[in-house]
Amino acid sequence: MLQFLTRRLILLVPVVLGLLLITFIIVRLIPGDPCKAFLGERATEAKCAEFRERYGLNDSVPVQFLRYLGNLVQGDLGMSVKTSQPVVDVIAQRLPMTMELAMAAMLFAVTGGVVLGVISALRRNSTIDVITMVIANIGVSMPVFWLGLMLAFFFALVLKDTFLSLPPSARLSAGVSVVSLATHWGLTDLQGLPRFIIMFLSNSVIFSSIVRGDWAMLGDATRHLILPAIAVGTIPLAVIARMTRSSMLEVLGLDYVRTARAKGLVERMVLSKHAFRNALIPIVTIIGLETGALLSGAVLTETVFALPGVGTQLVTAISARDYSVVQGFTVVIALIFVVVNLLVDLSYAYLDPRIRLD
Amino acid sequence: MSSVDISVPTLTPESTYQRQSPGVEALRRLARHRSARVGFFILFSLIFIAIFAEVIAPYNPTTVLSGVTRRSPPCVHLLGCPEDQEQHIFGIDGNSRDLFSRIIFGSRLSLQIGLVTIGFAILTGGLIGAIAGFVGGWVDNILMRIMDVLMAFPSLLLAIFIVTVLGPGLINALLAIGIISIPIYARLVRATILSIKELDYVSASRALGASGIVLLFTRVMPNALTPLIVRGTLGIATAILDAAALSFLGLGAQNPTPEWGLMLGQERGSVFNAPHLVFFPGLAIMLTVLSFNLIGDGMRDALDPRLRSEGA
Repeated sequence: MLQFLTRRLILLVPVVLGLLLITFIIVRLIPGDPCKAFLGERATEAKCAEFRERYGLNDSVPVQFLRYLGNLVQGDLGMSVKTSQPVVDVIAQRLPMTMELAMAAMLFAVTGGVVLGVISALRRNSTIDVITMVIANIGVSMPVFWLGLMLAFFFALVLKDTFLSLPPSARLSAGVSVVSLATHWGLTDLQGLPRFIIMFLSNSVIFSSIVRGDWAMLGDATRHLILPAIAVGTIPLAVIARMTRSSMLEVLGLDYVRTARAKGLVERMVLSKHAFRNALIPIVTIIGLETGALLSGAVLTETVFALPGVGTQLVTAISARDYSVVQGFTVVIALIFVVVNLLVDLSYAYLDPRIRLD
Repeated sequence: MSSVDISVPTLTPESTYQRQSPGVEALRRLARHRSARVGFFILFSLIFIAIFAEVIAPYNPTTVLSGVTRRSPPCVHLLGCPEDQEQHIFGIDGNSRDLFSRIIFGSRLSLQIGLVTIGFAILTGGLIGAIAGFVGGWVDNILMRIMDVLMAFPSLLLAIFIVTVLGPGLINALLAIGIISIPIYARLVRATILSIKELDYVSASRALGASGIVLLFTRVMPNALTPLIVRGTLGIATAILDAAALSFLGLGAQNPTPEWGLMLGQERGSVFNAPHLVFFPGLAIMLTVLSFNLIGDGMRDALDPRLRSEGA
């Protein structure tokens, strides 16, 4: 296990390096003078020379890349041109929102998808099965942002005065704002990694409100998260439902399931202990693969629901040509994606002891 | 005891199995596939609409109409809209244009986007995969590691990143979507080639003196066609969704192009007072994507029994 993990982590190094190199090169390919972009169009030549010297832009590109890697390891992703904030701070502010959204969506997709898939498999060719599969087909074909807008329209306008009414935008209601955990716990003079972590946790609104016992804020944050999570989760839900169905059907047709039934095991046990556990492997693979779709979906859905996450920040940064922010976010998201896929590989061994991790 | 009929049934021409070429057999299976039929019906309607867009659309898709209210709701005479009003069955958009006409013309763009991006990705990815699989060694290693890195990005984010660098615009968006789709086809072709190139019939061909190129294109590549067609059809669906997403974010097609994603993106603010402006373009995207998904599923079942999913 440990050996496998080490090997996988070592194998990740070239992928991560390649990923960093590609983002680095792409950003360098952007036409235009970084000095003019940073200091403004009217920057004098002397100022520009000083700027290039200060940021090491006179060095060769390989040297710059090595320096970039060095800074990255120390947690320095550069400065935002637009807000003069360190990119790391922007990530600590924005990433929690997107991760909360992605996790809520995943929860919705996995529970919904697995339940629908199992029901479809057990009641094969029944009305429920046909309806589920039609919905699954439509679900994978829907643009995320369209579904988001339609949900907002339905739950915020059509159901406006009912108990089902849900807010169509923003992370928290007006007047409610994020509380810094550093102030709450009386922590001062935080630097480096601890500062990043505390900032990150403070902006994870759901986590932070649970920690502080602020139930009103928890309810508010959850209500604001429901519609975006449904929007983001629907495509993965459809994919997972289809996968679960075909995977369950395959396992249910195998000899050992028949044996389990023949020896008089209760059907519930046959399904949960024998069939479902083995059907889980392809499902877990799909969950891993859908993480990418989920992150992309989160980016799109945030712009629909005006949520202060990575997606909205990314779109602003792109239109403002704030490349260090774009680069920083791309790297971070790609890293998350890589790590999730590693976790998926690890979970195989847990689900199926026949799969050896070596 | 009654006599037992022991006569042997005679073989008539009707009772013998009609041999069909595998291609015809696959087409027959595809035509019987329930969801593929629905998919083909939607797709053929779309192609029809795209070809005859000028005839079907009552207005020019980019002309700003005079004498209409911006964002006014649909007016259909059959549904009780006063006869003296001009008929706009999907309503008027935020720039006083006929939404129905814009959606009709949008079908052209959408189909082109899907075909062009996936065509590009299949050609480039297929070539990369073919070289990697056929040459092997360090060439294979380098090419496939590059593909791994491309796959390490969530695809839409990589597309957003590429468009940022190239600058917003439909062509750049298509290029970005083409690039992010390359690894899928490269891997597919490489895997097929690796599994085929050591088979006896290929060795026999080589022993008869066929050159590498001839072997690759006449003996090995035809085997990759089926999975490429299946993946490509499903890929078109994804490409159309991604292109719509980029346009929605303002990175793809630019105004006044009648592109569905752009139409949605421009009117997303008016979802509460003019929901039809958001509803119809999204529905159009969904139907188009659905048709390719259904056909792709059907093709997978009909063409590639190894990949067959349970049920139709």
